[in-house]
Amino acid sequence: MTVRVAPPIAMLAELTHRCPLSCPYCSNPVELSARDAELTTAEWTDVFTQAAALGVLQLHLSGGEPVARRDIVELVTAARQAGLYTNLITSGIGLSKRRLDELEAAGLDHIQLSLQGTDAAMADEIGGYKGGYNRKMQVADWIKELGFPLTLNFVMHRRNQHQLPRALEMAEEMGARRIEVATVQFHGWALKNTAALIPTREQAMEANQMVADARKRLSGRLVIDYVPADYHSEFPKRCMGGWGSSGLNVTPEGLVLPCHAAQTIPHLDFASVRETPLTEIWYESGAFNAYRGTDWLPEPCQSCERKTIDFGGCRCQAMALAGDPGVTDPVCTRSPHHAALTEMTAAMNADSDQPLVYRSAPPVHADKDVQDA
Amino acid sequence: MIDADVIPEIPRGVRVHRDTVRNLWVLLAPERVLPLDDTGQAILDRVDGTSSFGQIVTGLAEAYAAPRDQIAADASEFLTSLQARRVLDLKS
Repeated sequence: MTVRVAPPIAMLAELTHRCPLSCPYCSNPVELSARDAELTTAEWTDVFTQAAALGVLQLHLSGGEPVARRDIVELVTAARQAGLYTNLITSGIGLSKRRLDELEAAGLDHIQLSLQGTDAAMADEIGGYKGGYNRKMQVADWIKELGFPLTLNFVMHRRNQHQLPRALEMAEEMGARRIEVATVQFHGWALKNTAALIPTREQAMEANQMVADARKRLSGRLVIDYVPADYHSEFPKRCMGGWGSSGLNVTPEGLVLPCHAAQTIPHLDFASVRETPLTEIWYESGAFNAYRGTDWLPEPCQSCERKTIDFGGCRCQAMALAGDPGVTDPVCTRSPHHAALTEMTAAMNADSDQPLVYRSAPPVHADKDVQDA
Repeated sequence: MIDADVIPEIPRGVRVHRDTVRNLWVLLAPERVLPLDDTGQAILDRVDGTSSFGQIVTGLAEAYAAPRDQIAADASEFLTSLQARRVLDLKS
């Protein structure tokens, strides 16, 4: 097989798994990286430099909560020095006005602010953090005052979908040019809350319509990027634009993943930036080559006209729902596993008053026996 | 068609960047990388936040010895498409 591998465009740097929120839909792994296992400032700086040389143009600083890193300003400075377009993906919690000023001076290009709900009752219930919403609104005011380019990220599910119209208004009020309306995806911790959070089929259709209408109405004012409820879609998402095709992900301790949830696929081994150059990992590692291109695709994908549109969908979802990362994403209506998914989803929708299971904080030390409270 | 006295401006959070790995010019914006061809790069090169659309078109027509109407139509289409994606402001 000769796949002409293009350089990556984007890198997600998960600076830490620490986070003041405990959202039930957190897509980070159930086992979080310990604080003392995180890459150092110097190690991240080197990763950013390597990434730029490899062809990465966009850097997303994420987590956990990236501003929980005390060196966040140094990291932004390093990213900009490497020539990367630098985006901070934050809940806003923990950002002071002074820290925002420092991030601005360091050259931060853009902020993506998450929104758990459009009022304190909803947002604080979902985030599991009382007072979080009010602090976020204060941060939004400062962002607007500074004129920071802003995207609002509304994470949508069955409990807060009715707040979508207000979320769109808030994006405009905050001066955002863009909003991401992202229906919850079920990876990592979120899988514990599928039944409680998955929208109904009716909700999914209603959301599609609301987004279509809003795009028309707000054309030229607010760009809307939309992630639909894929369990209710006809075809799977084009996950990562195709495995190992455009993006990579670095965990807090330096493992390099083809996607955020790839560690759920048991047969893959992941190289670390502590031992292997990023270029070698991107072009030569087994994990990145496992599902690249289309030669590996099973039926019904192999003979499907959509195979270069969605590349068989999401590998981690195939793993989670069908127990095999090498099969067609069960979300696809052409998948032999689709009927079982439809049945499961219907059963969940019928019995949705499940309590939310909040995620717990990561350990301080890598040695799991010495967990701090 | 964009009015001659409208001033196009690349807003904060969007920048033109030389991609030395792929050897091309790109427009970097939130979650977007827009590759620029020679024409796009030549137009954006003249978008400085003070020159009007009319001045930009005149400059391009002189530099490339091309018919002004054709340049105006192409530049208007290009800049309008960027505005729709909120990666360019058109100030009237």
